[in-house]
Amino acid sequence: MAVLRVENVRKQFGKLAAVDGVNIETKEGELFALLGSSGSGKTTLMRMIAGLEQPTSGDILINGQSVVGVSPQHRNVAMVFQSYALYPHMSVRENILFPLKSRNVPKEKWDEKLQWAISILGIEALLERRPTKLSGGEKQRVALARALVRDPELFLFDEPLSALDAQVRNIARAELRDLQKRTGITTVYVTHDQVEALGLADRLAVMSKGRISQIGTPKEMYETPANLFVASFIGNPPMNLIARGERVLGVRPEHLMLQRDKPQGSEGVTLSLRILLVEFMGSEYLVYGREEQGEHQGQIVARLPQTGSAVPAHGEMMEFFAPKEFVQYFDKNSGDRLP
Amino acid sequence: MTGDSASKPVHFVDQDRRLGWAMLSPALLYIAGFIGVPFVLAILLSFSNATVGDPRITHLVGLANYVDLMDQPVFMTALKNSILITFLTLVVLLVLATILSELLAIEFRFKKLVQTLIILPWAMPVSLATIAWLWLLDSQFSPVDWMMTQIGILGPGGVLGPARHLYYLGRDVLAIASIVTVNVWRLLPLATVIVLAGRLSIPQDRFDQAKIDGAGFFRVLFRITVPALMPVLTVAILFTALVVFGDMATVALLTRGGPGHASQVLPYWAFLKGIQGGDLAGGAAVALFMLPILLVVAILALRIAYRSQEA
Repeated sequence: MAVLRVENVRKQFGKLAAVDGVNIETKEGELFALLGSSGSGKTTLMRMIAGLEQPTSGDILINGQSVVGVSPQHRNVAMVFQSYALYPHMSVRENILFPLKSRNVPKEKWDEKLQWAISILGIEALLERRPTKLSGGEKQRVALARALVRDPELFLFDEPLSALDAQVRNIARAELRDLQKRTGITTVYVTHDQVEALGLADRLAVMSKGRISQIGTPKEMYETPANLFVASFIGNPPMNLIARGERVLGVRPEHLMLQRDKPQGSEGVTLSLRILLVEFMGSEYLVYGREEQGEHQGQIVARLPQTGSAVPAHGEMMEFFAPKEFVQYFDKNSGDRLP
Repeated sequence: MTGDSASKPVHFVDQDRRLGWAMLSPALLYIAGFIGVPFVLAILLSFSNATVGDPRITHLVGLANYVDLMDQPVFMTALKNSILITFLTLVVLLVLATILSELLAIEFRFKKLVQTLIILPWAMPVSLATIAWLWLLDSQFSPVDWMMTQIGILGPGGVLGPARHLYYLGRDVLAIASIVTVNVWRLLPLATVIVLAGRLSIPQDRFDQAKIDGAGFFRVLFRITVPALMPVLTVAILFTALVVFGDMATVALLTRGGPGHASQVLPYWAFLKGIQGGDLAGGAAVALFMLPILLVVAILALRIAYRSQEA
């Protein structure tokens, strides 16, 4: 188990700062997600932690020891790539043994470690197969076994689920979470998928343009986003951000209710919307509307339970209410959350 | 379209079969005329007693020409040299091409310049290049000798002896080494480009993964890069073997098979015997002796090329 600390790390590619002053400290045994869209610098940051890139400035420490300048061969960091990068000319057994051979682990220990890794991932039956003969889920398990077999201090996962079918992905996500909890290895998980990040991570960092927008638990991120970027990035559909003069009003779609359902004595904000579209989603309705008065031009989404008192109809004018504990304000210019 | 095909005659270019044959025919004629006919003639010649003076194939002598070859020491030397030169050329070529492609796979300043320099020998005609090498390896004026004398390896007190000249083309071993050197120099650009293409088609993830798994340079090279290159390498090796084994230009221009017949090779010996010596039948027999060897190599090359295409 290990603690990873990233101190004021910058990475410059020519004139572009791919990573621009990032600070992160993980806890022991934690699953830490780096969430961001492509080009946000999250993969570059992970490659620097692995040693595949060297930071332009700043420091990266594993258990308090700086690893800057240390080659990936000499860091005890395991990485699982998006493509899984299995060695196609080797059997599954040889793939998993490769890190042991490369790191000069004594031969007597190979079998014990191999058996341990494959039993954790349940791939005993695949040992003699070639990677080309494996399904996507099997490939992931082999890649995980290969990462696990050498007792790394740190796991790095680079979008490990994005190569899988949607159905397999849910199972694989649960397996990954389970594996990480059982082995207790500190893990950094890079993804652009907020559902994955929120569902898997103990804590996460949202990255944008090489900087960190916010670090926190999934719940903190969702409930109290630090700025407009995080507010618009996390949640599906995202938070409604409604212009109100110098401020921006933020409210999650599920916190909007019909005015007539407003609890007695409750305080909050009322919006009156012209209904544009109603989508039936099974357990709920997504209601899209627009304010006819006021400065805000964009659509506003409300999520109404299917068991609600009424269903709005297209073209209607309706009043919606949001309790004040669920309403937050951001500064229009800086984008920061206002207290 | 089917509607009016009954009323209108189908145009020639719409008839796939006929058009196909029409388009193939120039190539077929070319192959039949310039490869098929000489090939059959060569086989007939090798079983006859034809000479330049009387080139008619009238009297067949069976395998007599081939049996004769076995008794000629020059033939055995040429056979041995052909195999040796081909083998050595391939080994040196393979090592150098792998090193160069590793170098060209990384980014550095002046990479474009280095690439251009590496490809340059390929742009030179064989004859011109060989003549340049003739001068480099000259018995009296060799700049190579001069440089080695200057740094003290050659000449009085040098490790290579007190003489100031090595007489590259006048000594058995050095003559063969010279031929190998010129072959390698000439084929290295193509070999490097082929290996580099194979090298660049390996996903970068795999190299990154190997580094993270703890593999050093040589383990990555021999356990990751070379296995991935194997299909490309095999085809390249076999095709290069065909080129080197069947080539007579380098030997003819550089050593003329000398000293004596010490660096004689089969294609040049066939030329000397059949054309210069006037023994058409004997020359054809020497040339055809290479056929089974080349055939096996060619079939292997094509099979492997097809297999790697399917995989």
